[in-house]
Amino acid sequence: MKKIFYKEWDIASQTYWMILAVLAVISAIAGFAVLHMEHNGHWVTGMSNQIVWGTPHVFAVFLIVAASGALNVASIASVFNKKAYKPLAPLSALLAVALLIGGLLILVLDLGRPERLIVAMTTYNFKSIFAWNIILYNGFIAIVAFYLWTILDRKMNRFYKAAGVAAFLWRLILTTGTGSIFGFLVARQGYDAAIMAPWFIIMSFGFGLAIYMLVLSDFFRLSGRPLGDSVMFRLKNLLGVFVAASLLFALMYHLTNLYGTENHAYEAFILRDGGVYTAAFWIGQILIGGLLPLAIVFHPSLGKSRAWIYAAAIMVIIGGLATIYVIIIGGQAFPMTMFPGKTVIASGFYDGINGLASTYSPSLAEALLGIGGIAVALLITAIGVRMLKILPMSLADEVADPHSAS
Amino acid sequence: MSKSIEQKSVKFAVLFALLVSLLMISTAHAGKNWRAEGNSKASEMAQTGGMCVRDTADMRRNHMDLIQHDRDVTVHQGIRALDGSLKGCVNCHANKQESGEYVPVTAMSGPGGSQFCASCHVYTSVSLDCFQCHSTVPTE
Amino acid sequence: MKTTDQTDHKRRDFLKTGVAASAVTLAPGIVMHTAEAAPRDKAVDSSVRWGMLIDSSKCASGCDSCVQACNDENGLEAYSMPEGADPEKWDQQRPKWIRSVTLKDNLSGRISNLPLMCQHCENPPCADVCPTGASFRRADGVVMVDRHICIGCRYCMMACPYKARSFIHENVDIKPELAPRGKGCVESCNFCVHRLDDGQTTTACQDACPENAIIFGDLNDPNSEVSKALAEYPSVQIRADLRLNTGVRYSGI
Repeated sequence: MKKIFYKEWDIASQTYWMILAVLAVISAIAGFAVLHMEHNGHWVTGMSNQIVWGTPHVFAVFLIVAASGALNVASIASVFNKKAYKPLAPLSALLAVALLIGGLLILVLDLGRPERLIVAMTTYNFKSIFAWNIILYNGFIAIVAFYLWTILDRKMNRFYKAAGVAAFLWRLILTTGTGSIFGFLVARQGYDAAIMAPWFIIMSFGFGLAIYMLVLSDFFRLSGRPLGDSVMFRLKNLLGVFVAASLLFALMYHLTNLYGTENHAYEAFILRDGGVYTAAFWIGQILIGGLLPLAIVFHPSLGKSRAWIYAAAIMVIIGGLATIYVIIIGGQAFPMTMFPGKTVIASGFYDGINGLASTYSPSLAEALLGIGGIAVALLITAIGVRMLKILPMSLADEVADPHSAS
Repeated sequence: MSKSIEQKSVKFAVLFALLVSLLMISTAHAGKNWRAEGNSKASEMAQTGGMCVRDTADMRRNHMDLIQHDRDVTVHQGIRALDGSLKGCVNCHANKQESGEYVPVTAMSGPGGSQFCASCHVYTSVSLDCFQCHSTVPTE
Repeated sequence: MKTTDQTDHKRRDFLKTGVAASAVTLAPGIVMHTAEAAPRDKAVDSSVRWGMLIDSSKCASGCDSCVQACNDENGLEAYSMPEGADPEKWDQQRPKWIRSVTLKDNLSGRISNLPLMCQHCENPPCADVCPTGASFRRADGVVMVDRHICIGCRYCMMACPYKARSFIHENVDIKPELAPRGKGCVESCNFCVHRLDDGQTTTACQDACPENAIIFGDLNDPNSEVSKALAEYPSVQIRADLRLNTGVRYSGI
């Protein structure tokens, strides 16, 4: 393995500013969507008193989960001493912070009273997993930023190992916290499952890595730096393992539910009768987000094609969004079981009359806010790699592969 | 004491005096109209020598702390017999139009010019969240 | 704090003896009422736990007196549908502190009606999940939202097993006197806390019920009407499996 040189992202000024401009415009449009929602109130969104968390939360949770997963590449290098991953670490840390900021921005801007964020930062109810998450998210940004500093600054290098371990442990706790947002909800049939926390951790590995692979190959391609097959093949094999593990957790979650009679109605809703949620589950979560990318990355010939690997990563992201959609929106749409053995035949507040699910159709503003969060994350990443020595000059096989012949 | 330090302290004193007079002018402006020209209960009380739940200077400086403290006490402990009730402020400080209708305490015009809360808060551009939920006119 | 509690205990004890002593000759309710009908000047404490018993067998189909009374009392309808809103969607976005629900037994087909609102749990999940502590349970058992510190995250709505909470989706033009409320916060039934703090002992829904199906009072006082009724009739908690020890109980569901 040769010595690795890092350099700022040296694409043409014009291209760089064009990328920034496009991302800034998308973010600005999202900003206007927020103003629209906050000025009028949430009635302009598809969210209601029946479906209280909507599309913004799907994007936000996806990005927050992906953020901790994006850090994994760096952790493999620093915590598990895998040399091959070391040149990939700076981008991994930067991307993790960027994705988390993007996700949090969505979450905050969807609040009913976003201007009271200071209250959330100063008044804590320590029994609330949400309150803990506020601390976990802020801590993640601080620790990973410090970790990045130890990578980039030779003087800080002596803290590299410690910072890497701290960041790795912190990210595990963070995703546990995010999964527990749902895992701790006793009220609803679809939540209230301890498996949510580890399941979210496994999902984060996959989502984060998929985003990392796309960003890595695009940023390298744009600047004309060589990115060899060995790096991408290594990453795609890892992606395959994570996708398979996510599928296993999904299987366990649903099998556990199917065993207990009290959850049969919920399972029938998600797996068979839920319309858009059933489609999102089978087509989005299982097929696009699971079986197809799995088949691609482990296929003897498709798995050797960079274009197909790229497509598999995109599929994991689409499937990931579908998974979170099924969990968050599907979990709320299914009527709460308040009166076991009885059917609600009339209600002044939509209590699942005759077992009917709540309806939700996302508004444009909500979707724009979610996409805006992604744009902000990419904006931060683009500016970061331009200003800092994040990207290696080359990840060609003879440079990046420790087993390379040269 | 060297000359330069002396000069500096003179400069500081002048600046300080300027700042203090500016502050005085601003408070004088802020408090000028509601009392003399309004027709609220508070205006009437002021003419007969009555006073607020605290003295005027104290209220000008600390009313927000009093209101916030009593807000927490009311919401969390259920105590409603309190000095610093926002409803009390509004009831006492709201002016009436000639028609007998109350003018919102946040209005920029009305008897005596800008109204009780608006007269200072607009001038100092300190935003007022209270009235996003609470009534700006007496509701007795 | 401690001294306040103690004095309040003494005062309550005094009131209780007063009530007991005059119970033979006088209507006890009147003594209580005249003694306390003034804005509260002492902190609430846990010597009182407000609660309700709802007799669903008295609750008539098609009647929504309690719902209307709640809406009027708390100003829940003090605004009209925003211009350009989809009526169907907007109906799902309007706040409801209390709603009437009709149930049919899956086996027997028996129909029952009941009003459903915040159940004022002893261990409220909404208060557990609230990041800022805006959702809380007052010492006297009333579960409510401190809208001054509610950030509008709606996690409490995700956590409530009774779907008892509403988010304010629109600007509130007319500011209600009794329950100040505004866009972007979560709200729910608070047992007409403004009445309780003013020394009154009834809720708007209870007063409005033509069948007297709602009995409200102090669960800690064995002589209160609600305690006596609970001692006499069988009653259930909704979602008793969660062991939240609700302050609202039902009979005849």
